[in-house]
Amino acid sequence: MKTDKTLDCVGLYCPMPIVKTAAKIKELKVGEVLEVVSDDVGIKQDMPAWCEATGHECLGMEQTGAEIKSYVKKKHD
Amino acid sequence: MEEKEKLTIVVFSGDLDRALAAFMLATTGASMGMDVTMFFTFWGLNVIKKNEGGWKSKGIMRKMLGVINRGGSKRLTLSKFNFLGAGTWMMKQLMKDTKMPSVEEFIRMAKEMGVKLVACTTTCGVMGLPADAFRGEVTSMAGAAFFLGEARKSKTTLFI
Repeated sequence: MKTDKTLDCVGLYCPMPIVKTAAKIKELKVGEVLEVVSDDVGIKQDMPAWCEATGHECLGMEQTGAEIKSYVKKKHD
Repeated sequence: MEEKEKLTIVVFSGDLDRALAAFMLATTGASMGMDVTMFFTFWGLNVIKKNEGGWKSKGIMRKMLGVINRGGSKRLTLSKFNFLGAGTWMMKQLMKDTKMPSVEEFIRMAKEMGVKLVACTTTCGVMGLPADAFRGEVTSMAGAAFFLGEARKSKTTLFI
């Protein structure tokens, strides 16, 4: 998947990946895609919930080993 | 854009573990675009007391209370397994290992994210705590009516 920015949250637990995602998304333009790399399994539920609450789009997730990549499309400023 | 959803959290406890839970939810709520207010009362006031320096309380009982109940984010202990501080020390090490923010860091983070920190005036009065007993991040001091006013407009209200 084509991504515009990457956020490394490996080694961080809830709530830090979400807190960092919320800060990072501000650096993107509307329509751009943020890739969040995490190894906290909670992210599988947390990222879709965060997207639903904030109105951004969760394009999907990919897991390789312990690493989970989430793709978030910025929908508004 | 529509009005922000509100989250109100009462922090009644001055335990390290409970304070952490409160700040985790507050910062996550702010990240989710919610308007977050934390209302500190009773032992919860210890979380937002200054770590350094002192303040003047009136009367011998309040002065004594200030000594045995000093408070400050760095002095909080676990609600269980404190073991005279050994358990709390161990938990703080584990938190460092897992890059979990300390209460101190959470307070600053919450403030940067626009979380409102409010101290309860009634318990401040009972315990003899002047406004200068609290850290600079504290937004205001208010009473139960303020809290209920916020709570009735909130979708989520928590008591920790």
